[in-house]
This record gives sequence, C-alpha cells and structure tokens, in this order.
Amino acid sequence: MNYAWNWGVLFQSPYLGWLGQGIAMTLAVSVAAWVIALSLGTLIGVFHSGASGVVRLATGSYINLFRNVPLLLQMFLWFFVVPELLPKAAGIWLKRELPHPEVVTAIVALGLFTASRVAVQVAAGIAAVSRGQSMAARASGLSTIQAYRFVLLPQAFRIVIPPMTSEFLTIFKNSSIALTIGVYELTAQTQQIQSFTYQGFEAFTAATVVYMTIALMVTTLMTVIERKVSIPGRTARG
Amino acid sequence: MNDMVEMIRIEGLSKSYGDVAVLRNCSLDVARGEVVVICGPSGSGKSTFVKCINGIEPVQAGRIAIDGENLPSKPAAAARVRARVGMVFQHFELYPHLTVLENVCLAQIHVLKRSRDEAQEKARSLLRRVGLADKEASYPAQLSGGQQQRIAIVRALAMDPVAMLFDEPTSALDPEMIGEVLAVMLELAREGMTMVVVTHKMGFAKAAADRVVFMDQGEIVEVAETARFFAEPASERARLFLSRILTH
Repeated sequence: MNYAWNWGVLFQSPYLGWLGQGIAMTLAVSVAAWVIALSLGTLIGVFHSGASGVVRLATGSYINLFRNVPLLLQMFLWFFVVPELLPKAAGIWLKRELPHPEVVTAIVALGLFTASRVAVQVAAGIAAVSRGQSMAARASGLSTIQAYRFVLLPQAFRIVIPPMTSEFLTIFKNSSIALTIGVYELTAQTQQIQSFTYQGFEAFTAATVVYMTIALMVTTLMTVIERKVSIPGRTARG
Repeated sequence: MNDMVEMIRIEGLSKSYGDVAVLRNCSLDVARGEVVVICGPSGSGKSTFVKCINGIEPVQAGRIAIDGENLPSKPAAAARVRARVGMVFQHFELYPHLTVLENVCLAQIHVLKRSRDEAQEKARSLLRRVGLADKEASYPAQLSGGQQQRIAIVRALAMDPVAMLFDEPTSALDPEMIGEVLAVMLELAREGMTMVVVTHKMGFAKAAADRVVFMDQGEIVEVAETARFFAEPASERARLFLSRILTH
C-alpha cells in the first residue's frame, strides 16, 4: 500500500476546528434527541403498561410505526415529505424560516424513533416490578399516578438503567445518519476533511477514536450511577 | 359513628376469570372490633375474597361497605375509602427502594396529607411498639422476613385504619419467625382492632378469632363461632378440611 501518512493534518487549521465543530454538533443532536426520547418514551411506556382499550391501541401503534421503519427512511420522510404534506404556510415556514431546519429535523426524527424503543424498555421495566407492589400502593390509598410516581417508576427505572445506557449509545451513534440530510456532525466533518486533504485514514480514525472514547465515558458514568442508586441489601446483578 | 353499623358489610360478592368462577355470591358482616379468620383449602378463593374487601381486586357483582360507607366502583373515589382499611400481604410488599421509615411515612404524607414530622413521629412510635425502632434507616432487603412483616403491619397501622385485612401473613415466613408476627397480630386483636385474617394458623384462630369462615370452591360454606367451628363443624367439607390440617 502506498499511502503518505500525515497525522499532523488533524491538528492543522481549519481541520482541527472542523473536528471540534463536528463533535459539538454530534453531542448537541444526541443530547437533544435523547431528551425527547426519554421523556416521550417514558410517557408512552407508562401508558402502554397501565392502560387498555384506545390508549393501548394508540401507544402500540406509535411503537409499531416508529420501531419498524428504518431510521434513515424516517429522516428522509421528516425532511423531504412532511413539509409538503403540511398546510402550505407551515411547510414554507419549516423549509425557509425555521433556523437550521436540517438540525431540528434530525433531532426530531432521532428523538421520535428512539422514543419507541425507550417506551418498550420502560413498559418492560414496569412489568418486571411485581404486581404485589402496585396492590400494596393502591391498598394504602395512593392514587394510580402516585403509585407510579412513588412506587413503580423508581423501581422500574433502576431495572432499565442498563438497556437505557445502550439506547443512549445507539442514539449517539445513530446521530451520524443526520449527515444524509446535511447536518455537519462528526462523521460529516471527517468526510469533509477526507475530501479536502485526501487524508481519509487519519480523518476516519479520528472519528472512530472520538466515538469510542465518548461511548466508553458514558458507559462508565452509567455504571457509577447504577451502583449509586442500587437498592441496599439486594445483591447486585452482574 | 353508629355502633349498630357493621364495620365491614359484604353482600353477594361474585368474581370470575372468564368461565372460571373464583367467588360465588359471598356475603359476610364483620362487627366493630371483631376478629374473623378465613380458612379453607388452597384455591378456595379466600385470598381473592380478602383482596376484594378493599377493592384492589375488581368484582363482577356485589356490594361492600366499610364503616357504613359504600366502596365506590370508581378507582379515584375508592382510594379514599381504601385508605381507611389496612392490608398486610403474604409477601410483605414493602417498597424495596425506600427505607423502613419512608415505607411507613409514604401514604401518611401523600394520602392523609400529614406533615413529614407528624408522619415520622407516628412511624417511630409504632416501630417502637413492635420492637423495631432501631431499624428505621434500614432497607427491607436488609431485614428478616419476620421483621419485614412486622413493618408491613406498622405501615398499615400508621394510617389509623378502622379495620385490618391480613392475607396469609405468615405463609412466606420461616417457621422461627412466625411467632413474632402472630404476637403483634394477637396484641392488635386484644386492643379491639377489627380484623379479617386469611390464615392456616389454626392456633391463631383459636386464640384470637371470634368467628371462623370456611371457604371452599369460591363459596362461603360455613360461618361459625370459633369454639363451635373446631368442636363440631356443621359442614362435611369443613370436617374433612380440619381433619387434614389438624393431624399435622
């Protein structure tokens, strides 16, 4: 292989700046999408676990719709199709006046997609808390909302910390798909460095190292949190 | 209110899962201060029956009144009536993520709207009574089964209930811990608490119960004064049941 290695390119202007901007954008998209995914997913998961009839049909439909269509396609749908389906004024606003429409669309698409996965995990976590716990809560006169808030959810959240960590890592890595609708996140920036400098090996290695480092940091942080909130007297699960 | 009113009045309770009837037209009145023990073979519906009394198991037919107040079928309205009846479960059902003190205070604060200080004071005085004052900062999983069940009783008593329901409170306990739980229940009975107790502990029934209810296949087969029930049960099914459990 005849390749002129030049690691120095990563530390030159403007490429170092591009990398930095890419990391910042990746983190911003991931965290914002995660806020949507966690709050909406928890809400849907709670309703899915506790409700029956129309509500369960609605939550089930949401989960099936968003979980079963590829994320890349969802991103295209939100970016290219949805603005055309809306009333004309709203469509124009989305395309012309909304600041950074590609970033907002990526956050919404990623958030709504991941919410469906979070909802399934949260519902499973609630189901894993014994039925006796909700009976005890109701027997003491707590309302349904109070039973969820003080008894069921605190236990369910502890159960789902490990799968939630995976979900966050997935959202973080899936944020790279946002480059397809023009978001200059980390993968897009490294691709740009590659096309400007022809130093693709260095650029993509940098991206790999950055993704892995951040993911490992998140994993470590979540392990610490899991240990912190573990219930005293219960054997820790490995 | 009125001493003539029964503390618990249950009329024509029926419940089924699909085609399987678990309760058939069960009626029972429990007087103020009375202790009633419910016994019967497993699968007789006694556990389900006691859970229907405060409405945590829904029923298809029947009426329940606590202290003269009908138990509403709407969940939100039922919660208020339910809060007046204490319940103790076979598997304790303490909240594992909360300390003993938090377990005892939770419903006091959020249902009865007591202040935190007031709730803690109440909790501490009850914990002292059952000899567990030093465990208030522990978590349930750090305690023995007998200790957990005594705390579950305290958690129910902290709500100042007008009656207490027990669903096989000693069935999940190691033999050496049964005594400490029964002692607390006996004391409650002596203090005049209205109690409905599902149990296989016939010793407890003889010592504390005013009446015994015998259930089989979802039906209340027999209701009798305790002494009469053990001496000369009226039904063949009760006779058979007693001969089986008393020989052990």
